[in-house]
Amino acid sequence: MALPQRQTDIGPPHFEQFLPPVIKSNYGKWKYHEVITPGTMKHVAEGGDELYTVRVASPRILSTETIRDICDMAEKYCDGYLRFTTRNNVEFLVSDKSKMDPLVAELKQKKYSVGGIGPRVSNIIHTQGWVHCHSACTDASGIVKAIMDELHDYFTTKELPNKVRLAVACCVNMCGAVHCSDIAVVAVHRKVPTIDDENVGKMCEIPTTVSSCPTSAIRPNPKNKTITINEEKCMYCGNCFTVCPPIEIHNPENDGVAIVVGGKISSLRTDPKFSKLAIPFFFNEPPRWPKVVDAIKNILNVYAENAKKHERVGEWIERVGWEEFFKLTGIEFTFQHIDDFTFMRDTLRTSAAFKY
Amino acid sequence: MSGKHKTPMLDELEKGPWPSFITEIKKATKIGPMADDELGQLEKSFRTKRGYWKHGGIVGVLGYGGGVIGRYSSLPEEFPNVAHFHTVRLNQPSGFFYTAEALKMICDIWDKYGSGLTNMHGSTGDLVLLGTTTENLEPLFAEYSSRGWDLGGSGSAMRTPSCCVGMARCEWACIDSMAICNDLTQHFQDELHRPAYPYKFKIKVSGCACDCVAAIARADCSIIGTWKGNIQIDQAEVKNYADGGMDIQAEIIDMCPTDCMSYDGKQMKINDVQCNRCMHCIAKMTKALRPGKEKGASILIGSKAPIVVGSLLSWVIVPFIKAEPPFEELTELIDKIIEWWDDNAKPRERIGELIEVKGMRPFLEAIGVPPQPQQVREPRKDPFFFWSESDFKN
Repeated sequence: MALPQRQTDIGPPHFEQFLPPVIKSNYGKWKYHEVITPGTMKHVAEGGDELYTVRVASPRILSTETIRDICDMAEKYCDGYLRFTTRNNVEFLVSDKSKMDPLVAELKQKKYSVGGIGPRVSNIIHTQGWVHCHSACTDASGIVKAIMDELHDYFTTKELPNKVRLAVACCVNMCGAVHCSDIAVVAVHRKVPTIDDENVGKMCEIPTTVSSCPTSAIRPNPKNKTITINEEKCMYCGNCFTVCPPIEIHNPENDGVAIVVGGKISSLRTDPKFSKLAIPFFFNEPPRWPKVVDAIKNILNVYAENAKKHERVGEWIERVGWEEFFKLTGIEFTFQHIDDFTFMRDTLRTSAAFKY
Repeated sequence: MSGKHKTPMLDELEKGPWPSFITEIKKATKIGPMADDELGQLEKSFRTKRGYWKHGGIVGVLGYGGGVIGRYSSLPEEFPNVAHFHTVRLNQPSGFFYTAEALKMICDIWDKYGSGLTNMHGSTGDLVLLGTTTENLEPLFAEYSSRGWDLGGSGSAMRTPSCCVGMARCEWACIDSMAICNDLTQHFQDELHRPAYPYKFKIKVSGCACDCVAAIARADCSIIGTWKGNIQIDQAEVKNYADGGMDIQAEIIDMCPTDCMSYDGKQMKINDVQCNRCMHCIAKMTKALRPGKEKGASILIGSKAPIVVGSLLSWVIVPFIKAEPPFEELTELIDKIIEWWDDNAKPRERIGELIEVKGMRPFLEAIGVPPQPQQVREPRKDPFFFWSESDFKN
């Protein structure tokens, strides 16, 4: 069968063709919105037109079968109009109010998780993990599933002081937004990579490999056409592995995950913040990473009990102080918590005022 | 559905209320043999706590240098159906809007040429098709592109821009983030498809400081909607919030970062000169408060994840720029920004890192932006500063 004529550099289809009529006629003219339930909201336009949104979770990895099922529901209840959110949720865009409740009922009956809107836990931003990445030192989707099974009520019903944005990154490349999330998991290495000298010489460009190291731990070894690593300087980032695969950073018995907290993206109230280290290490415990899940639940619960309304995790911690955060959560403070890299000057305490 | 691989660990992840990615991969075993070997290899990863994918290889479609990421199993004999398991990035429409008809078409073609597995969506924003072979790349590209769908970016190139829902469904959008995203994507088609940059370059567009697309943390060029002038207040709606049980003093006035608001039980007052436009009050009282009428964008530069010398959040470069169609001023500025980076960066150096090395002044001078207090949290603390000949002339 002949293939159709290919086109190049056409770019994405223009979004306008995918907008429901109520959006087209009220584009840029929305007046306000109301969260009706944790999974539904209403947008009202200047002229009074209404749009109802129903949000459900997705595991981000979707089969075409499930996408077709979602499409069938969109055709049945909202003329086929739907969108995805930046956090991998599905939103059905319902113009006819009377169809919203039946849609929600069918979604629930089909075991879709309806929720994620407002001051609660939304979907976890995450990376590919062992499913599809060469660089992964944990599985992202597996941890996400294990965490969200436990936090499911915080997606569908329970309220928190504010939104809690979770993220999981399966290595420090952080394709997910771990570095600015309320609570996040990032996979880390703890051992200096092993060097396959013979293949380094064959496969790698030595200058590129040397310059890839942020701590200048790598030196060329011209005699053997390879490199050497100063073990005292290496902080296991794996950037050398990215440019030179025979420098093997993976070490299954010593790799694992860290938990970071207190990051935020929005400029609301306080400036956007990086996440900071809460727990330096857990071993990988597939399939359900129980210690990681318990640790996240603990941090979330302590936040829920102690934060003021509208405070994000990082805002709450900054108000009470990090010394209080470690006390309230019972998390041990270790040498790993004290920054000895680029942020050291910004993070050491330079005041005689602190708490116990 | 039982494949040839036993997956006792993965089967555990089909239990529980959250939607299961394992169930999704199992569903795709009906499409072809790839998903089953994906499951087998993944089970092995769970058992041995390590991945079995090789570094990305160079594969693609004719005339493009990106959009496809080669992915090969390191265990091709054990899992032959994922020996090739390449990723295809389809450029998503602005705002991730679809119709069922369009999505079903995408599924039909993907079932024919790939594994039946997707990511909706990838971290940068693309609609990601997970798992196909080298020989299927040209046919699937012909099928998609002839129907109006193009590939996204990968490698050292302009990456697929992405944006929030913007004016399509948000009363806070100060700029048309979806149109800006679409038009910039079209403007950079060559740079997006043919990697010629020192490293990746990401653009994200958010309609306001809520920043739903995480532009400030995840884009080399962050475009964030803002306004000038007074916040519009509807006093009757303020009263409705109070009557509805909102503690306006505690939730709004006391949480204002600049202490520029007051409420005496009848009238809300805002000292707009002091307001830093953070969006807290507007986001919490959306019926009563609205952004000011003069809309535009703030341009921030440089954010990235930790590799190599630590994470960066984007820095304010241009506090306010008009962003109305056809977005010429904005596009010209971004062209200048990229030109300076492209001329000066070493391989694998992001623009934020380059500015750290070269200094902010050469960058701002190159793009023709004057120094302004909005660009810094505070002025420098140390007494070491450069002078250039041009400073002495003034």
